[in-house]
Amino acid sequence: MVQTKTEISRRKFLKSSSGVALFIGISGILPQLISCKDPNKIKEQLAQQPLTAWVKLSEDGLITIYNPAAEMGQGSMTSLPLIFAEEMDADWSMVKVEFSPQESEIYGSPGWAPGSKLMFTVGSRTTNSYYNVMRKAGAQARYVLMSSAAKHLEVPIEELTTSNSHVLHGRTNQKINYGALIPFLEMPESLPDFSEAELKNPKDFKLIGKDIPRTEIPAKVNGSAMFAIDIRLPEMVYGVLERGNLHGSKPKLTNETEILAMDGVVRIIPLDYAIGVVAKTLEQALSAKKSLKIDWSESKASGHNSQEIYSTYEKIASQKEKGKVIFEIGDVAKAKRTAAKTYAVDYKNDYVYHAQMEPLNAVVQVAEDGGSAEVWVGSQQGMDTKLGVPKILGIAPENVNVHLQYLGGGFGRRSMNDFVEECAYLAKEMTPLPVKLIWTREDDVTYGAFRPLSLQRLTASTDYKGNITSFSHAVVGDGGNLVASAVANDHYDIPNQFAEWREASNGIRLKHWRAVGHGPNKFAIECMLDEIARDQGLDPLDLRRKLMAKAPRALATLEKVAELSNWSTPSDNGRAKGMAFVEHGSLGTGVCEISVDRSTGIIKVHHFWIALDAGVVVQPDNVKAQMEGGIIMGMSSVLKEQITIVNGRVQQSNYHDYNLLRMQDVPDSIETVILESAEVPEGVGETATPMVACAIANAFLRLTGKPLRHLPFSPERVLQALNS
Amino acid sequence: MILPMEKFTLNINDQKVSIECAPDTPLLWALRDQLGLTGTKYGCGIAVCGSCTVHLDGTAVRSCSLPISAINDKAITTIEGVGKDGLHPVQKAWIAENVPQCGFCQSGQIMSAIALLEQNGNPSDADIEQAMSGNICRCGTYIRIRSAIKNAAKNNV
Repeated sequence: MVQTKTEISRRKFLKSSSGVALFIGISGILPQLISCKDPNKIKEQLAQQPLTAWVKLSEDGLITIYNPAAEMGQGSMTSLPLIFAEEMDADWSMVKVEFSPQESEIYGSPGWAPGSKLMFTVGSRTTNSYYNVMRKAGAQARYVLMSSAAKHLEVPIEELTTSNSHVLHGRTNQKINYGALIPFLEMPESLPDFSEAELKNPKDFKLIGKDIPRTEIPAKVNGSAMFAIDIRLPEMVYGVLERGNLHGSKPKLTNETEILAMDGVVRIIPLDYAIGVVAKTLEQALSAKKSLKIDWSESKASGHNSQEIYSTYEKIASQKEKGKVIFEIGDVAKAKRTAAKTYAVDYKNDYVYHAQMEPLNAVVQVAEDGGSAEVWVGSQQGMDTKLGVPKILGIAPENVNVHLQYLGGGFGRRSMNDFVEECAYLAKEMTPLPVKLIWTREDDVTYGAFRPLSLQRLTASTDYKGNITSFSHAVVGDGGNLVASAVANDHYDIPNQFAEWREASNGIRLKHWRAVGHGPNKFAIECMLDEIARDQGLDPLDLRRKLMAKAPRALATLEKVAELSNWSTPSDNGRAKGMAFVEHGSLGTGVCEISVDRSTGIIKVHHFWIALDAGVVVQPDNVKAQMEGGIIMGMSSVLKEQITIVNGRVQQSNYHDYNLLRMQDVPDSIETVILESAEVPEGVGETATPMVACAIANAFLRLTGKPLRHLPFSPERVLQALNS
Repeated sequence: MILPMEKFTLNINDQKVSIECAPDTPLLWALRDQLGLTGTKYGCGIAVCGSCTVHLDGTAVRSCSLPISAINDKAITTIEGVGKDGLHPVQKAWIAENVPQCGFCQSGQIMSAIALLEQNGNPSDADIEQAMSGNICRCGTYIRIRSAIKNAAKNNV
């Protein structure tokens, strides 16, 4: 074992106030590893039984590793513990994974802002931000085991090696299982602060990159996996809220007496924007909800019409005054003045709803004395300590215990904890009874927090050779980064670029939706490139090759997918291929092959091919699953999904009028090639989804000569484009 | 209007169980809230998403829209009851293909797949599309579901 010159002494470590350090304490027979920057917090944790930790050993060799991230299907319940186990040299068959306590001071990732520690499963950042944390922690756990074994065997630590949960001493032919070391575990005087060079050589990886089955899959096929909606507690009561279909509207209940007289109704709890009903059974709560008579006030959203608003957005895009400048390279105006040709195209995106399969819900129980609370929830966690519950209950965060459950889908919706706060509010009123709050699907759709409606005005110029000399992107819409992210073209060599955001606020609830700004903005950018290529008589592949000349990793994905999809071989009659490049941490180029029924306007996607560079890939099959799921969700949103708003009122209410992609709409294949890379792992959850709109529109353009510029590509809009 | 409570005896996963509820109570809520069989999920409440799929005498039905009073002595099977000796072959196929992502819809998907394979041991893509079109998966695991059904068929479920 090589040690760095700058070892952190125990004393020094405890005083350390920045960065992630790892502490190992002994309590009883269980060694505990705690990563924390705050020494007081460490002491506090050490005082608790059982201690929170990254790992727990037991004498039979069982190793429990704690996962700090939410599990919503993306695989964190396997990938993070796997990285830890790799460096610890743990026998994976003896590893059990549990959610870590929701204590961000200990388990938070430093990957959000320097000096901060957040537990926040968003932005496809989990593996990227925890990769080094888990590797180091795993290596330090191994070091503790080795140093304890060295003392016990009375041999120098340098003579020891490890393999598959055993410490080995070659010279004396001794082999001790990690579990058997428990009685001899001792906290070393100092812990090496392993540099990357001292961690395992990736070529020696036994777990990372090897397709280890996801740990939680068996529970998800036998019905035993616990989601928050499955929590049942003695004396639990059920809460539902009526929130109306006009966002921001205030309710006035007019039949309170009648509702209170209904069977099982325990309490009516008014909120600023909703009326809450608590009843003994869910059936009774739902029945009371249906019977509520409420006068709703008008709100900021009143008068908003989602289809008519585009003419206003066009006017905003045309205003001389610039919006908030996002970035600027070179001189776009000058490039346009000297251009051989200029282009200007508007792209439009309707509101989209998350449609995670598990409707929002939570269970909260406040203790009799009001001084502490238990929370069961499926949440992507967040910036607010303990999901905002301490604030609502007026108690200290350490007195709120959050039991994280599996998430029945997140997609960004569960990074907004309005539903947890609502439940805390009801539970406070119902103290000490546990309250389960359920949003019906109708609540979930109607009072959704949508991907914003937006308009993208793209302009570009080319020189007389057809080279793109400038590229300009104005986003009009509500929600700041929700609409204005992902407008940069870091991998395209265009000398003059400009991007801005022009605000338009309509009072509609908005939230991050898988890939956020990438969806609408990549749609606009990648379609614009193909429209230019078509006008210039260029192959979209060649155009991108030229643009990516200075971005070799991006270019490699382009070349690979061109090969994989037989790009240069024309499709069968009636079909065409389209491509799109997306960077979202990882880099990917996708190609789809489509056909269109010219009488119905229905687009059929036959195949999707992706070449992906995601750096080191921890679970290759899981990355492929993320590509498949990302494409399917993208297809669903692009071909089917649309929230419409009339006079501020959301028009959809459930899956009968908010259509999602189903089995019959699925492509014959979605094929992903992962490019080999030794770079740090990058997120993969949101790279595929934004490819879909542009790849389909680009294929449609090649097939029909007509552009599709307004999402979703509903059959009516496709027919309109065909007849234009 | 809530109807008065009545007693019902149901045959669930080869066991007779008694519950007391209003006759129009959907089977889904009786399973989940009264009997603790929470593997069956609520997704839409209007029989269009398939998350609540169970078997009634071997046929796939949506338990969110099936009133208790309509069941009588028909045999109900839920995800908890499909594996008589360990896992059902369809569940094994699901594991082999790493089908689930978030997993919330998968009980319903598996129940629909088992019902399909019991009626048609060698389904075509079109048969699978038809039988599975009532089950939504937001994570987009459809391609793996299709493969898992075919593999389960090959292994003679």
